[in-house]
Amino acid sequence: MLLIHCPCCGVDRPEIEFRHGGEAHIARPADPSALDDHQWADFLYMRSNPKGVTAERWRHVHGCGRFFNALRDTVSDRFLAVYRTGEPRPDLDAASTGMEGGK
Amino acid sequence: MSQPHRTPATGRIDRSVPVTFTFDGRTLQGFAGDTLASALLANGIHLVGRSFKYHRPRGILTAGSEEPNALVGVAKSAAAAAAGQSVPNLRATQVEIHEGMVVVSQNRWPSLAFDICAVNDRLAPIFVAGFYYKTFMWPKSFWNSVYEPFIRSAAGLGKAPTAPDPDRYANRYAHCDVLVAGGGPAGLAAALAAARAGGRVIIADEQGEFGGSLLHETGATVDSKPATDWVASAVAELAGNARVTILPRTTVFGYFNQNFVALAERVTDHLAAPDPSLPRERLWQVRARQVVIATGAIERPLVFPENDRPGVMMAEAARIYAGRFGVLPGEEIVVATACDSAWVAALDIAEAGGKVAAIIDMRPDPGAALVARAREAGIRIETDCVVTGVLGKKRVKGVLIGRRKASGVVAAGEISCDCLLMSGGWTPNVSLHSQARGKLDWQPEKGAFLPGDPVQAQRSAGSCRGVDGLAAVLADGAAAGAQAVEAATGTPAPVPDFPATGGEAGSGWWLGTVPHDRNAARVRAFVDFQNDVTAKDVKLAVREGMHSIEHIKRYTTTGMATDQGRLSNMNALSIASSALDNQIPQVGLTTFRQPYTPVTFGTLAATSRGDLFDPVRRTPIHPWAAEKGAAFEDVALWKRAWYFPGPGEDMHKAVERECRIVRESVGIFDATTLGKIEVVGPDAAEFLERIYTNPWKKLGVGRLRYGLMLNEAGFIIDDGVVGRLAEDRFHVTTTTGGAPRVLALMEDYLQTEWPDLEVWLTSTTEQWAVVAVQGPKAREAIAPLVDDIDLSTDAMPHMSVREGHVMGGIPCRLFRMSFTGEAGYEINVPPSRARQVWEAVFANVERLGGCPYGTETMHVLRAEKGYIIVGQETDGTVTPDDVGMSWAIGKKKPDFVGKRSLARPDLVAEGRKQMVGLLTKDATTLLEEGAQVTVEAEPARRTPALGHVTSSYVSPAAGRPIALAMIANGRARMGETLHVPMPGGAIAVEVVSPVFVDPEGNRLNV
Ligand SMILES: [Zn+2]
Repeated sequence: MLLIHCPCCGVDRPEIEFRHGGEAHIARPADPSALDDHQWADFLYMRSNPKGVTAERWRHVHGCGRFFNALRDTVSDRFLAVYRTGEPRPDLDAASTGMEGGK
Repeated sequence: MSQPHRTPATGRIDRSVPVTFTFDGRTLQGFAGDTLASALLANGIHLVGRSFKYHRPRGILTAGSEEPNALVGVAKSAAAAAAGQSVPNLRATQVEIHEGMVVVSQNRWPSLAFDICAVNDRLAPIFVAGFYYKTFMWPKSFWNSVYEPFIRSAAGLGKAPTAPDPDRYANRYAHCDVLVAGGGPAGLAAALAAARAGGRVIIADEQGEFGGSLLHETGATVDSKPATDWVASAVAELAGNARVTILPRTTVFGYFNQNFVALAERVTDHLAAPDPSLPRERLWQVRARQVVIATGAIERPLVFPENDRPGVMMAEAARIYAGRFGVLPGEEIVVATACDSAWVAALDIAEAGGKVAAIIDMRPDPGAALVARAREAGIRIETDCVVTGVLGKKRVKGVLIGRRKASGVVAAGEISCDCLLMSGGWTPNVSLHSQARGKLDWQPEKGAFLPGDPVQAQRSAGSCRGVDGLAAVLADGAAAGAQAVEAATGTPAPVPDFPATGGEAGSGWWLGTVPHDRNAARVRAFVDFQNDVTAKDVKLAVREGMHSIEHIKRYTTTGMATDQGRLSNMNALSIASSALDNQIPQVGLTTFRQPYTPVTFGTLAATSRGDLFDPVRRTPIHPWAAEKGAAFEDVALWKRAWYFPGPGEDMHKAVERECRIVRESVGIFDATTLGKIEVVGPDAAEFLERIYTNPWKKLGVGRLRYGLMLNEAGFIIDDGVVGRLAEDRFHVTTTTGGAPRVLALMEDYLQTEWPDLEVWLTSTTEQWAVVAVQGPKAREAIAPLVDDIDLSTDAMPHMSVREGHVMGGIPCRLFRMSFTGEAGYEINVPPSRARQVWEAVFANVERLGGCPYGTETMHVLRAEKGYIIVGQETDGTVTPDDVGMSWAIGKKKPDFVGKRSLARPDLVAEGRKQMVGLLTKDATTLLEEGAQVTVEAEPARRTPALGHVTSSYVSPAAGRPIALAMIANGRARMGETLHVPMPGGAIAVEVVSPVFVDPEGNRLNV
């Protein structure tokens, strides 16, 4: 079971307190009607599913209830960073991310 | 009960405490400290089971949890056995005997000695690798009548208990700095090092006693003490440390992400009369900062013909039985080996009083020191020789010897014996490292895979990482423990020194088939004993195109036994590599998976059984409905009153009466389970505008509107009535099971897409109980109870909401709405007052000739009106237009969730399924929900169905069965005759409007 650091509560908690929310940084288009069918289908269905670092949404559903984003390595299942919704994807090459739960 | 095969004096058993148990009805005696295996061997019993596929007689092979053959059923007592309470498939090598234990062998009928299915053994040529895939394919008609019954009766290992499990299971969560898996020399050294540095330590060992190999390493010393004394002092030191948890009989069975480790503790199985307050087993879920894996190594069988006969045993296992349990596994013992450790075993057994007739070593030059000692002990020595076969079926009678020559193996006579010990060397036990996703490194000089760099916070120590020799293993364990505690706590930890003598490192190993001079077509050498996989099977799998080790495993079932292939994998891999003409590391091992050894369902379920399996939600009206004799149905977690049968009524009659009474006078219905969400804030209307298809901004305060919710793909996912209580406050209702999902979806959009909106969402499902009153006399039924709300249609028309009070001050939200087609109200009151209000309303309802009704009547009434139920008419691929609800879409809204998708080509294409009504032509047949609908009565094969029946009821109002269905182009087919093919013949149906009652809706406004 994963140990996940909630950036809102500031604590490490077991995975069962959280719900996975799919890939992060896929913003709903401001004006969906301006998208053609292909673009809209991309938004609806196309996800990156990388082998390696992925940015994904989590919700601390049995805690504070907040959504946040996390960088996780899909090979090692290791969390590399967590950050709040709306913040840009952290640059992993930059300094340490302050993760406690990612040991 | 003489236990004739005991050594004169050795062992850790207590010879002053005899223990009586039965095996297949025979009363036997062992001693306190015996495992079932050692006690059986003490009584000269080797034949303990039949194999899975060929039903070959099998004996005890090992002394540990990797035992493939000696699987037994165990009951605590004769009384428990008679009550059908037993545990199948326990390994006799792990079961600690206690007084009164009842043991049965498995996989045999009618008896262990004479087994009917042993005919399988002679049919072996048809039970080759992949026989499941080949044999049972044709003819197809044989499947139901022949193959499946045969497989079902022959398959499986032990027998499931016939009575419910009477035992209790517990669950604990724990945290620690260092978890040590394994309590042998490396594990104890690691735990001591970590504990002495102040770490919180958990040490677990699957056996009843800590010490591992030290318990039978009789000549060894540690810290200048005899090894077993050192074990005792180490355990005492750990036990005296409050920061250490010692868990004997506890298997570390699962290594999961981020050092989440699962342990199964067998608490009471070894006790004849345990304290009833104790659970049978306890599941430990440990989050460890660091893990030290000290799981040792497992001795590898040699793959020679007839290597599975009872009396063939692993050399180290026999050494354990002699040294630790005081049992000699045979009168005349022969040892077949490719490594030094079996020589040590032979010498120890001889010293314990056993007669070792010969040692047959595959190597030309075994170590001179060992040879000298064996000579001194009077043991015949044959080097550069192999065992080429075993005589005897239910017990070893002798062995065939072959001499290795450059030209091949030549026969070199036979030796009579009743026990053959074998050793192909040692396989480091890398299961947990592999479970922890650590890679394995191939060490060609050791013929072994060793743990590579760990991925998680763990390290392996001792012989599980190829360290050999007692002193080196202790040092490795101590270093690992110190490193682990330092990594966990950040405090430097000294490495304790545990000087040791004895237990010297050995050399030599063999992988794969042993060469022989026998007719290869006629002999079988077993690789996987439990699954009856032979060397030939592995080669055949390769010949038949299985080139990946994972495919070979599944095709042959090698390595799929309860030991996860710990005994068999390396030999299977070696044979497969040779057959593939490839190198072992290139072919690779199959993945080790959780659990390490089988774990009972009871342990995993712990307290989640019976009433505690799932939460049950009951409304405040539930006790009243139960008192009235209601039948209940499960809807999500809720218990809902299904119907209220009167005297002599079945469900059909009760529902017919309830439906009629609601339409004629009035019915009372518990709608408490509807999900409720309070949506509040200056942007509440804007938020709902975006979430629902409907327009909300112009909805007046005090008005209700039916809301339809889509997902972004344009499909209906929920619906419900929404009331506007104030400019900035809405009372949203959802489907009964849908509230958590809808609230989560709303939160998602609010938090992540539109954080600028000032809206707050609160679940209020539990805050309001809902008394629904429906029917032409609904107003009459509630009017006397309402304090301060004008109920006249002018003041409170259909689809409106008022806040006020009932019954002298009970606050309420009163909805005027209908899910029946009749005029009606839903009285929302605090749950604490719900029963009081319900009973008062019910008194009025009863006085007016009304009745309570349940969910079945609710379903019939709504179907008569063509109202959909999300999840019944819809299935996640249905749009508003498909169910005729384009009217619910706010046409002028620029956007809402799902709007863009409604313009996708496939959602506007011709031929989509549309909701229609169906009437059976004979006006009497009730269609089956889910039945397919076709144009032809007898459609040609592969004709796609037009659609399917979604709802079907006998309608009292229509006086006949009615149905709703989703039919391709349904709305253009009004009046057409279609067919519902059923096993008894097709049923002709007419396509009609889905509204069967009061299409104009006049009854809503009375
Ligand atoms: Zn949180």
